[in-house]
Amino acid sequence: MRRLAGLFLRLGLLALVLAFLLAPSAFRPLLEPFAPEGAPAIYDRASLLSLTVSHLLIVIAAIVPAILISLGLAILVSRPVGAEFLPLSRAIVNIGQTFPPVAVLALAVPVVGFGTWPTLIALFLYGLLPIFENALAGLTGLRPSVAEAARGSGMTGTQRLVQVELPLALPVMIEGVRISLVIALSTATIGSTVAAKGLGEVIIAGLNSSNLAFVLQGGLLTGALAVILYDGLGQVARLADRRG
Amino acid sequence: MRLRPDKLGVPMGALLAVSLALPMASLRANRIAAAEPQGLFAALPSAWAAGLLALAALAVAVALFARDPRLRLALPVAMLLALFVAIGEAGRTLAAEAGDYARVAPGAGFWIGAFALSILFTDAIIRLDLSPLGRLGVLAASSLALALILMTGQWDALSILAEYRGRAAAFWREGGHHLQLAFGSLAAALVAGVPLGILIHRVRWLREPVLNGLSLMQTIPSIALFGILIVPLGWAAANVPGAAELGVKGIGMAPAFVALFIYSLLPMVANTTAGLTAVPEGVREAAAGMGLTRRQQLISVELPLALPVVLTGVRIVLVQNIGLATIAALIGGGGFGTFVFQGLGQTATDLILLGALPTVALAFVSAVFLDAVIDLLPAAAR
Repeated sequence: MRRLAGLFLRLGLLALVLAFLLAPSAFRPLLEPFAPEGAPAIYDRASLLSLTVSHLLIVIAAIVPAILISLGLAILVSRPVGAEFLPLSRAIVNIGQTFPPVAVLALAVPVVGFGTWPTLIALFLYGLLPIFENALAGLTGLRPSVAEAARGSGMTGTQRLVQVELPLALPVMIEGVRISLVIALSTATIGSTVAAKGLGEVIIAGLNSSNLAFVLQGGLLTGALAVILYDGLGQVARLADRRG
Repeated sequence: MRLRPDKLGVPMGALLAVSLALPMASLRANRIAAAEPQGLFAALPSAWAAGLLALAALAVAVALFARDPRLRLALPVAMLLALFVAIGEAGRTLAAEAGDYARVAPGAGFWIGAFALSILFTDAIIRLDLSPLGRLGVLAASSLALALILMTGQWDALSILAEYRGRAAAFWREGGHHLQLAFGSLAAALVAGVPLGILIHRVRWLREPVLNGLSLMQTIPSIALFGILIVPLGWAAANVPGAAELGVKGIGMAPAFVALFIYSLLPMVANTTAGLTAVPEGVREAAAGMGLTRRQQLISVELPLALPVVLTGVRIVLVQNIGLATIAALIGGGGFGTFVFQGLGQTATDLILLGALPTVALAFVSAVFLDAVIDLLPAAAR
């Protein structure tokens, strides 16, 4: 019963977001009370659909390399070859997470200029840390008896990694990707202050013209996307957990 | 005996060597002119440049082959200090040649060299396995060194300090706002979050809805939440008697404060509950057996045991708030973000740095400080 309700809630939210993106004008009466007299209630300088798509593309373009690199690093430092780097990599992750996203974004601008690039770099750098941390926790947190059993059955190091350690660590790794994804979706809105295309454009236009309708539609859309992706990946993690 | 180079020493030594070949500083004829890169020997008097090179060679050798962690700490520290003093010297040298409006900023070589040295420095501290008090000592010494460099005017010829001189009063005012926002909302989150965490620890069925609701608030992007709060606070200022006198306004610090408070609640509440849940059942029973009331158990047994986890929540919140408070500038709430966004608007890198560097430093110092404090708590509580 509860699972059925959850399914309806998920599909309902997805349908609502799609309906708003495909036919935003149908929602005008809802947003009109929040717009100042005579101002448009629906963002009209670019289509919300195209902004959402480019918002998601920036996030994906940053998170996919972040997943590959942090996973590679986590595998490296959890092997005997890289074990020396384990404490240092933990310290760097710990320190790196104290860097505020806005500062990273702003510091990237002098290096690569305005536009999509600084946003991509900031999202990438900020995405690395949670994924790395969780992948490392997953790979180093396995019960010793499991590794022992794999070794005892005559598996080589690579076989142990691919057939035992990675599948068992998968749910924890996915948790890291979820965290990175939510942070990236939210940070990408700040990217619009450096002229990246995305939903932040709508929010900032709303702040600049005191149009709360814009702020609401940009903010709630981003929030809804974050909830859908976070929840979807949670389902994937549950599946991986059941299999593992 | 064959000398085997240190695994970390190889990449960091190489990076340090490369950094010396890259431009040490960049020179612009005025604030908005294009930057001309200046190599080590162009930026510094030759005695300085040669000295820096010699010290760097020694630092690379130590990074590659030294085993003693004290030596591995001493050389990066000496080289970092030399680099910091030298960049100020480069500023004076280049500015003297290029005239009053010239702007000198650290170049790629400086930043990459400082990065490689910081990694070696961190690595040496880990190898030394310092106690929490020792780590606090290193933090204090580093802050003192930085303060001395700033106060003696060693960096006065650098462009970021030229930006600072033009707006010193604004810098300290916005810094104050930044601290008020970050620490004020943390205090509010402590006052509200810890009791709420205790409540949902006791009343089990409340736990899931409260934590889910707070998680949902986290998904709203910060700039949107700051903007959305303008409306209810504006309404409150106009309609709730006394609210306006308290400084509640639709724009400015009030919505920023409330937004930071909302983001702070989840880590505070979740960590309080997690800390209390982790108290072993036996301890609870022993406390009850001693005849302590429910209230006494909570205050003298459970909360002290949960303290490290609660403090971890405080660390998360403080670091997060210091970063997010930069966004307040977008809705007129002040803070260091003011300079970041002004700088982005004017494409003035130095102004961006004037806002971003203190923010990064504040977050970093808070994290290291609280980590050490958490480790200092008696082992029984951890």
